[in-house]
Amino acid sequence: MAKRVGIEVSLAVSEAVKLANVDVVAAYPITPQTHIVEHLSELVADGDLDAEFIPVESEHSAMSTCCGSSAAGARTYTATSSQGQALMLEICYIAPALRLPIVMSVANRSLSGPISIWNDHSDMMMSRDTGWIQTVAENGQEAFDLTLHAFRVAEDPRVLLPVINNLDGFTLTHVIEPIEILDQEEVDRYLPPYQPQMRLDPENPISIGPVGMPEVFTEAKKAQDEAIKNAKSVIIEAWQEFGDLFGRYYKPVETYRTDGAETLLVTMGSLSETAMTAVDQMRANGKDVGLVRIRLFRPFPFEEFLEAVAGAKQIAVMDRALGLNGAGGPLATEVKAALYDVPERPYIWNYVAGLAGRDVTIENFVEMADGVEAAAADGLPAGYTMINVRE
Amino acid sequence: MAKETGMVSWKDLALGCAIVKPGSSAELKTGDWRSKRPETDYEKCIQCGQCYIFCPDMVYTQNELGFYQPNLFYCKGCGICARECPADAISMVEESE
Repeated sequence: MAKRVGIEVSLAVSEAVKLANVDVVAAYPITPQTHIVEHLSELVADGDLDAEFIPVESEHSAMSTCCGSSAAGARTYTATSSQGQALMLEICYIAPALRLPIVMSVANRSLSGPISIWNDHSDMMMSRDTGWIQTVAENGQEAFDLTLHAFRVAEDPRVLLPVINNLDGFTLTHVIEPIEILDQEEVDRYLPPYQPQMRLDPENPISIGPVGMPEVFTEAKKAQDEAIKNAKSVIIEAWQEFGDLFGRYYKPVETYRTDGAETLLVTMGSLSETAMTAVDQMRANGKDVGLVRIRLFRPFPFEEFLEAVAGAKQIAVMDRALGLNGAGGPLATEVKAALYDVPERPYIWNYVAGLAGRDVTIENFVEMADGVEAAAADGLPAGYTMINVRE
Repeated sequence: MAKETGMVSWKDLALGCAIVKPGSSAELKTGDWRSKRPETDYEKCIQCGQCYIFCPDMVYTQNELGFYQPNLFYCKGCGICARECPADAISMVEESE
């Protein structure tokens, strides 16, 4: 039976990895991911988890090791943050191209500089086009659940792609929450043993990762593109089954009080919970505001997103990273692209907020909802604002 | 033809573009890159085998008379054999000739 315990979210993620009965963990510690891999190394050292823990010398080696072990047919896990992910980025592109179902937790943290260890989504945005499936947790329970979901999706023979579960650094990783930890029998019902479709085997030699000459590169990329597009239905199916088994249902795009809402906030990650409180407050004051939360970031759930925002007059998109392309944040750019073909599209204003751990309050979300309504009423050309910036 | 050129539909690629058949590079025709081909003057050839040793594509094989002959299916026309031949027996000839 599942047991509800008070546990630090990082440790709950490690427990999920343990319950997934992972074969190999190759990781390098970096704030705020450290507690996840530290606890995993303890579990292995104490004999509670029968796995190889490979304490590599860098994140570049961590992901390289993960590619090797996954190619050999082992269930493989790693975790990182920010600068660490930047260092492993070269290999992050390789894993999905080789169709290696590695699972990685990214404890989201801003990218330097200025040097920062605090939470935002700039690392998530850095890796958005690597070809990994990416989900986003809003609280500790979701971080636990989505870790198990990640293994289930990654290793599905119809998917075979690596999966990142993003969880906000500190805001999630370092807080103690009441989390329902599933027991081994329950996890085993949800997550079957990994059956590699293809692996490095001296008895049956193959080459994984050969050069792709111009004659084959485009076809290889086409196959990869189809794979990540087709993954969405399996991601949804695996969430449905998780809900049927354990009572917690997840969707690519989650909505909160969107019925009849003329103004919608769009968020990703743990600040969605603050946004929900803000929506409750605004609704109580008679303001028709709702919230749309992106749970599946890659592949981007275009259809589900359009369905979620249908009927809204204006949308305030909150980005926790700056795109530095002159047009605000990357999530807003994505949302605008999603809405391009919609004939009656809502007005959009982008808010860049919560950079490097800067607080985003209920009042800030009210400010965003009021701001997008005012900008729409004034007919301003779509733009962006940095919240809480000192002039 | 697809076998010789490696040009196949994306649907026919193995998972992750892996090569699942060992030694399948032998099926790829690399000889179509060539603009010049090696020709050996067997009057001058001393059967030393330097062409066989230096050829980066292992194109040369020894025939029953002891002479080394190139397999033009693979020869890319790099000219290393002609450069290394101590008897100046190999010359590079334009493919158009």
